[in-house]
Order: sequence, then structure tokens, then C-alpha cells
Amino acid sequence: MLLNQFLLLAAVLFCIGVYGVLTRRNGVMVLMSIELILNAVNINLIAFGTYLSDATGQAFALFIIAVAAAEVGVGLAIVLMLFRNRRSIDIDAVDQLKG
Amino acid sequence: MSILAVTEVLVAQNIAFAIIAVGVVVAGVRLVTTENVVHAALWLVVVLAGIAGLYILLAAEFTAIVQVLVYIGAIVVLFLFGIMLTRARLGEGETVNKKMRAPALVIAVAMFALMAYSLWGYFGSTELEVMGRSTAELGQTTAQVADTLFLTYLIPFEVVSVLLLAALTGAIVLARRD
Amino acid sequence: MSAPFAGSLLVGQTGDPLLFSVDAVAVGIVILKVLVIFALLLVATMFMVWFERKLISDMQNRIGPNLAGPFGILQTLADGIKFFFKEDVIPDKSQRKVFILAPYLAFVPAFLLFAVVPFGGDFNGGNDGMVTIFGRDTYLQLADPPIGVLFILAMSSLAVYGAMLAGWSSGSKYPLLGSVRASAQMVSYEAALGLSAAAVVLVTGTLSTHSMVTSQAGDGPWGVLPNWGILLTLGVPFVIFVIAGTAELNRPPFDLVEAEQELVGGFHTEYSSIRFALFFLAEFMNTITMSAIFVTLFLGGPSGPAFFGPGWMWGVIWFLAKVFIFLFMFVWFRATLPRMRYDQLMDLGWKVLIPLALGWFLVLASLEVADARQWNRWVVGAIAAVVLVGGAALLRKSVRSGAALRAEEVLD
Repeated sequence: MLLNQFLLLAAVLFCIGVYGVLTRRNGVMVLMSIELILNAVNINLIAFGTYLSDATGQAFALFIIAVAAAEVGVGLAIVLMLFRNRRSIDIDAVDQLKG
Repeated sequence: MSILAVTEVLVAQNIAFAIIAVGVVVAGVRLVTTENVVHAALWLVVVLAGIAGLYILLAAEFTAIVQVLVYIGAIVVLFLFGIMLTRARLGEGETVNKKMRAPALVIAVAMFALMAYSLWGYFGSTELEVMGRSTAELGQTTAQVADTLFLTYLIPFEVVSVLLLAALTGAIVLARRD
Repeated sequence: MSAPFAGSLLVGQTGDPLLFSVDAVAVGIVILKVLVIFALLLVATMFMVWFERKLISDMQNRIGPNLAGPFGILQTLADGIKFFFKEDVIPDKSQRKVFILAPYLAFVPAFLLFAVVPFGGDFNGGNDGMVTIFGRDTYLQLADPPIGVLFILAMSSLAVYGAMLAGWSSGSKYPLLGSVRASAQMVSYEAALGLSAAAVVLVTGTLSTHSMVTSQAGDGPWGVLPNWGILLTLGVPFVIFVIAGTAELNRPPFDLVEAEQELVGGFHTEYSSIRFALFFLAEFMNTITMSAIFVTLFLGGPSGPAFFGPGWMWGVIWFLAKVFIFLFMFVWFRATLPRMRYDQLMDLGWKVLIPLALGWFLVLASLEVADARQWNRWVVGAIAAVVLVGGAALLRKSVRSGAALRAEEVLD
């Protein structure tokens, strides 16, 4: 196996995630696309960890998983709040704070 | 008692990688294009499971199982829960911002081209040696991960636990009806 | 899960000796094991359905199934055949693809869980449960990944998908409510389950199910008692694990997911024919695998004294006997305990089980540290117990004052 196999696959996933974040209007969908991006980063960390024979890669991947859990928790709470106040989770419509 | 030749193993690993890679990319594309939120969550499960498979290929079993346990078992379930609470209606139209499609595609492709160019230029065909080395040699056993986590990165670990507590409290405060 | 490519081919890997070298015989043995486990689990599930119906009839002073075969033992087979010939209805308003997928999602984790359960072998006198099949040394378990206990937790967390997606895809109110209940309940009790399993991992010092059984097979406290997880963890994690496990299975008294009086059939209301049968089978199969996990973690798995004949056979016998105790217990629960209310369920999970499991885990950890540093075990234990009781009192007070605040808000 080449190191680049994993890195390029991670790059593909990252870009798919970016596409998702840019095109989605639904708050939950945007959060899911962000998960894709975070996972792409995790693949890189683990691949480099194996390449360098170092457990630090795994440790960092575990940190990212924990932070992703926190992010989803707060993100979904915000989306729920949006839904409760506006009966819609279209994030393009949430622009009242625009100057 | 014949042991598989090294080349055979490499072929097997590459076939496994190819299958997982195709599955993950297809599922990822469906995830960002499907109209239905629940279907998107299910495609996310496929992507995450495929990535767990990649971790096993990379001899990182502990992270692979944590991926399944936390991501698939908790985070996606949380997503589905959120979807069910916000809209129980089946299916749903107009979740994609059609105007943004072309520019987003351009940005994504450009980013990928840039990353692929630099990755290929820097790492070229660097071999990733998993074969013939034990997990201990690769520094990937659970004990080594634990040592790294609780000795070298103890303070970040504590910070993450405080972050989780803050997120928990924040989520409760946000979602509370008052 | 560890067997695929990288895991099995790494040199010097601990785990099943069968996989040190992979060839046709080894692959054949693995396939044989898969077939045996698959067949036995299906037969055991059929038996379990009959056993539950018969036993619960006895407890309720009825006769129960008695027409199909001796003692009605073929009743499940008859039911299964009937399910096959029923019309398969897929509701118009359902999400067709997910609706079809859901029963399989409920079914598969139940099987996968059993892959890491050691179900036989001789563990006496320092043996590590090795048996020889076709001239190969192997363990009587399908796979022995180094992270077996985490695999168990991961698979039991996947079980929620079946219930959740079935309810959502049915496109009808009762199933949806049932599946929202299911997901909340299973996610909540997951934490207590994991924390009490972690207590066993702490005292046995391994994540592999096989090493766990090997370490539990030795001599225990004072040389007379067995070295079982239930004794080493001082009992409390076992009780928590049994309660949380029952909740994970959605079995009575935690069967709010399919509370007939409130939700008709719960998440599988809209299912019929063979798809319903799959849910039904998955539920009973999960009961068996969960019992097997109780046995593996807390009761020493297949370890036990051998008397005559081959030692591995006694391993299988002890394993089945121990599993049987828990199957009986589950049926007993169902026959005697009334269903909990939903808020009671959540209170029990979040305010009792999770704090208690966490506190007990910390007590056990402090005892481990005391042993490692050669401090006095009893003093450390006493201090830990005092801290635990103090924490419990604080928690109780905060829960009380929180409830009082909420009551005031309601009055305002």
C-alpha cells in the first residue's frame, strides 16, 4: 500500500465535504458534511501514525472524535432551537444579523 | 502449513482498499446530493463504517472500534434523533441550494486538484509498511495509545473532557424550553 | 473484526493461534465455526421462544403451547412456517428501501456479537482453552480481537438502528413514537453498560474476551471462590450491567419501546410476515447473546471444573449452564415486574445507574492504585467508600433541588 492512497482518498472525502457544506441549506445536512471533513482529517492522522510508527496519530484522532461529538451536540441543539423558533431549519434564512 | 506470500498479502490489502475506497466515495457523494435527510444519515453511516475499515487496514484497531462505537453508535443516532424531532414527515424536497451547485463544484474540484498535486509531489510513491510488523512495532497497540493519551497528552485530554462537559451543559441550556 | 487483512497477517499478533498462518485448512476451520455458530444460534433462538412461552405459562398458572410436538416444542417452527406464508404488506406511506432494510439491521448485530464470545474449551490447570481441530490449535470462539469488549459495546450500540429506522420508515405515528423511545433509551443505557463493562476490564486488565476468561479461570479470593468478574468488581457493576443490558434489549420491565397499551406494537406495528419474524427472532437472539456476554464478563465464561471425558466439552457444558441461568432470569423478569414509566426509566438510567457505575469504577481504580503502590487496601477502600457516599448525597441533593425548582416554575 502506498501512503498516498490514503492521503488522496482523504482529500477526495474532504472536498466532497466542502461541496456539501457549500450547497446544503438544511442545518442537519451541513453538520453531516462537516463530519465528512473531520473524518478525512482523521484518515490522514492515522495514516501518518502508521507511517511513522507513532501512537500520537491515534491519540489525535481520538481527540477529534471527542470534539466532533461535542460539536454535534451543540450544533443539533442550535438546529432544534432554530426549528422551534421558526419552524424551519433552512440556514440560508437565518441572516437577520447581517449588517 | 504455507504462509501467504508477501505479494499475495499486498494484493489482498490493495483489493480491500479499492473496495472500501469506492464504497466510501460513492456513499460520500450520495450523502451530499441526496434529497432525503434520513437517507443522508444512512449514507454517512456507510462512509464512517468504510473509514473504520481503513483504520483496520492501517492496523489501528482501537480507533476503528471507537469510530464504530462513537460515530456510528452515538453521533449518527443523535443526528437521526434530531431529524425525527424536527421533521417526522418522510422525505422532503428542496434541501439543496441550486444556485450554489456550480461554484461549490468548482471550489471542491480546485481544492482537490491542489491537494492531489502537492501530495503526489511530496510523497510520490512512498510505501506504507504494515506487512511483517506487529502492532507493537507500529506503535498502535491499545496500551501504547493509552500511554500517549494519558502521559504525553494528559492536559489536552483533560481539556477535551471539560469541553465535552461544556458542550453537554450548552446543549441542555439551548434545547431547554423556558 | 480484527481478522481481516492487516490484523491477521501481522507477525507476533496475540489472539487465536489459528490465524498465525493462513491457509486452506485455517479458512475451512473458520468457515466451519461460522456455520456452527449460525446454526446453533438459530436453534437456540427457537428453543428460547418456546422456553419463554412455556415458562411464563407455568408462572401464570396456564399450560402454554402444548400441541405441536412433545411439550409443544415445535411451536416456534409452526409459527415460523406460518410467518412465511403470510402476505407481506409494505405500507404505501412507508419509505420502501429503508423499510425493507431495517429488519436486517436489527438481525445482523445479534449474530456479530456472538463472534467474540468464547463458548467452550478447557481452562483448568493453567490451560488457556486451546482445542485442536484438524491438527490445528484454535480457540472455541470465532474471533479473538484484542479489543473484544469494545467490539461488544459497539455491536450493542448498532442494535438501535433496526428499531429506529423501522419506526421512522413505517410512515405512521405509533412506530415513530416507539422508535424515538427506543433510540433515547438505548443511547442512555449504553453509557451505564459501557462503564460497568469497563470495571471488569479494569480488574482483569485486558480487552480481549478470551484473555478475560483465562484470567477469570484462575483461583480467586481466599483460594476457594472462583476468580470471576462479579466477585473481583464486588458485585455492583454486575447488577448495573444486568439492568442496563435488560434495557438495551428492550425487554420487560423496560419494554416501553413496544408498550402495547400505549403504542400498539411499537416500532414494528406496520411489519408483517417474514419481516416481522426477523424482528421477533432478533429480539430473542439478542437475549441469548446478552446472556452469553453476562457470562463472559462476570461469570468466567466457559471456565469450570472438568470431571470426565474431554475438557473442552465441560467448557461448553458450563457455558450453556451459566447462559441458561440468565435466560431463566429474563423470563422471570418478564413474568413478575411491571413496566416502568418513561420518566422513571430515564431517571433510573441517568441519575442512578450512570453515577453509580462511574463512582464504583473510580473506587475500583483507587483499589488498583493502592495495590500497585502497596498502600493499605482497606484504608484506601474506606476512604473511597466515604467519598462515594458523599458524592451520592450531593447528587441526591442536587437532583432534589432541581426537581423543586422545576415544580416552582410549573406553579408560576
